[in-house]
Amino acid sequence: MTTIALPARKVQFRLDATAIVYLALFALLVIGSIVVAARGGGVLLDQAGILKILTGCTALGLVAIGQTLAVVAGSLDLSVAYLIGLCSLVTAEVMAGQGSMMLPAVLAALGVAALVGLVNGVVITALRVNAFIATLGMALILKGVLESRYTGPAGSTTKDFQRLGYDRIGPVPVSFLLLLLVAVGAWWFLARTRPGYHMYAVGGDIESARVSGVRTSRTIVLAHVLCSLAAGATGVFLASRLGSGAPYVGTDAGYDLQSIAAVVLGGTVLAGGRGGVAGTVGGVMILSVLDTIFDDLGVNSFFKDVVRGVIIIVAVALYARGRLARRRLVTPPAGADQ
Amino acid sequence: MSAAGTAARLSSRSPGFPRLATGLAPVLVVLLLLLVLLAFVGPAYESPSGYIALLKRSAPLMILAIGQYFVIVAGEFDLSVGSLVTAEVVIAARLLEGDESRTWSVIALLLGFGVLVGLVNGLITTKLRVPSFIVTLGMLLVLEGAVFLWTGGAPRGALTTEFRKWGRAQLGTEGILAQIPYAVLVLVVIAVAAVLFMRSGTGRTLMATGDNDTAVRLAGGRVDAMRIGAFVLSGLLAAVAAILLGGYSGVSAQVGRGLEFEAITAVVLGGVVLGGGRGSVIAAMAGALTLRALFAVLNLLGVSGALESTVQGVIIIAAVAYASSESGLRDLLVRRPGWSGSSQPPASTAEDPPPETTPVPSTSSVSSEPDTNPETPERGTS
Repeated sequence: MTTIALPARKVQFRLDATAIVYLALFALLVIGSIVVAARGGGVLLDQAGILKILTGCTALGLVAIGQTLAVVAGSLDLSVAYLIGLCSLVTAEVMAGQGSMMLPAVLAALGVAALVGLVNGVVITALRVNAFIATLGMALILKGVLESRYTGPAGSTTKDFQRLGYDRIGPVPVSFLLLLLVAVGAWWFLARTRPGYHMYAVGGDIESARVSGVRTSRTIVLAHVLCSLAAGATGVFLASRLGSGAPYVGTDAGYDLQSIAAVVLGGTVLAGGRGGVAGTVGGVMILSVLDTIFDDLGVNSFFKDVVRGVIIIVAVALYARGRLARRRLVTPPAGADQ
Repeated sequence: MSAAGTAARLSSRSPGFPRLATGLAPVLVVLLLLLVLLAFVGPAYESPSGYIALLKRSAPLMILAIGQYFVIVAGEFDLSVGSLVTAEVVIAARLLEGDESRTWSVIALLLGFGVLVGLVNGLITTKLRVPSFIVTLGMLLVLEGAVFLWTGGAPRGALTTEFRKWGRAQLGTEGILAQIPYAVLVLVVIAVAAVLFMRSGTGRTLMATGDNDTAVRLAGGRVDAMRIGAFVLSGLLAAVAAILLGGYSGVSAQVGRGLEFEAITAVVLGGVVLGGGRGSVIAAMAGALTLRALFAVLNLLGVSGALESTVQGVIIIAAVAYASSESGLRDLLVRRPGWSGSSQPPASTAEDPPPETTPVPSTSSVSSEPDTNPETPERGTS
């Protein structure tokens, strides 16, 4: 039966891919430490280095965890970058420097995010629009809203709230611990709950899932709501870091494509149905460690992009070699024919 | 789409089925409406020259859309064209440095670079079996990074007059020649070539590759060569678009930004199906022109430039939702076949529909009802 076969295969795969990711991360840390030390860049993993790596992880990690859910369910979300900007603005504007508005501000931002995710999911399932187009369209809609209403940073967050972005325990930022908490929650959701299994089923073969009694539309909508919520949380986090909302904080960092890159780097299959959150966190950490190594070495920042691009392609090529069957394209969850 | 769905659609299509009809009618109607509307709202559109100027402005996007069409119809994506356009323009400025005598050698080099990028995209996609979304995304990062690394963050050099004439000048100075821009000439030549190509045997094989590559392989078609060819054409046409765009708007590091999504939008607006196998190249071009005409209308109606993208977003979703409600009643095809690729093992895994799935003879039987397709449950459990 599908319900029994799927988790078994999935667990086995995830161990494989995740193991590769973390081995690569470990190797990167070792090689990076040696190279940085040899080139006179100091110690890679000193307190500042660890802080830098973990801080770099947090924002992209949050988006990528949400993106993992969408990708596992056979979908993808290109609207996260603009949504992050929007949510950072909502947080900062609702808060407007008042400590009493802290909770309402966060709730408002997450509410906006959930709404966007709901619209994405409904457009994909009920209107049967290809996920690529639906979320690209949503990205354009949000872009228009941002461009017509904002010219630059707006609103402000309180000093207390900014502690969320800057407090740390030793070299470990509190925000990174929160990220780990979210990651564990997402892992538990995907690997241990019924809706989580349904996401693998829908991403693996939506028709089989449907005839097995899975409510496929509901699953896809849920995946998109959760994905957008993660993006919204990223917006809240960045508002806390920046002290205000910034419309292009998400797009400047390219979080839409970068998060998808991190997800596939973590071994999740772009076509859906395989992969998991643990790999994604590893993938994000690899990208962050690379950034830190290059910074320590004083490498041109544009060179980082080149290396990133090559690494992503090589990683996916390696995963593809190790896999028996494959899908070549982003497979939309429903209405592939539009 | 499911294997059964593909088979159903193939079997329902008679050999002489006019493929160009797919999705062409709606986009042409919308385009016509927009063009008529332009005549009412814009004084510049009272004479044909206004429309020719629109065509000239739209030519780079239309050419990109043709390239993207080849890739999409073969079942792939090309996200690298935007950064490729930027790279080409920056490279051109750097190499030309305003020296007229270098113009033609640089143009040749640019076209060669476009072909090379397409070739790399195609080879990695087909030989290393990496999804084209990732390959071209990686290529986007590599090109963007490499260009800025090379130029140090700000483009340097200058384009020559001879180079820029392709994007901005007219064929002659008087008479009818003064009315026709080079860009339109280039566009027409490429469009005719593209239409003839899609009507040729190779073009039909390309289309079939996106529809059902296993069938093409079994019939003796060279699937990988088709896909690599599609990427090469996309790269080449991106180079052409870059030459026109560089000539039209000059050197900037933002010249190609977002063009990949605009090109995909244009193609989809033309009713071309993501996933491959359906749609016409004329419709893809019409989609690109529609997008530009729409922006012109919005501009003239005083919709702020900022809201343009919102309108664009709503329209893409609406267009695809409309197309999906049309075809969705006929055949709700939920998945693209997963068994593509040259080294596919004979045994299919749980998630992959086996190729030997019995074709469902009638188009209407592939519907959203779970029990109309008895093959699917077995597929999930095999």
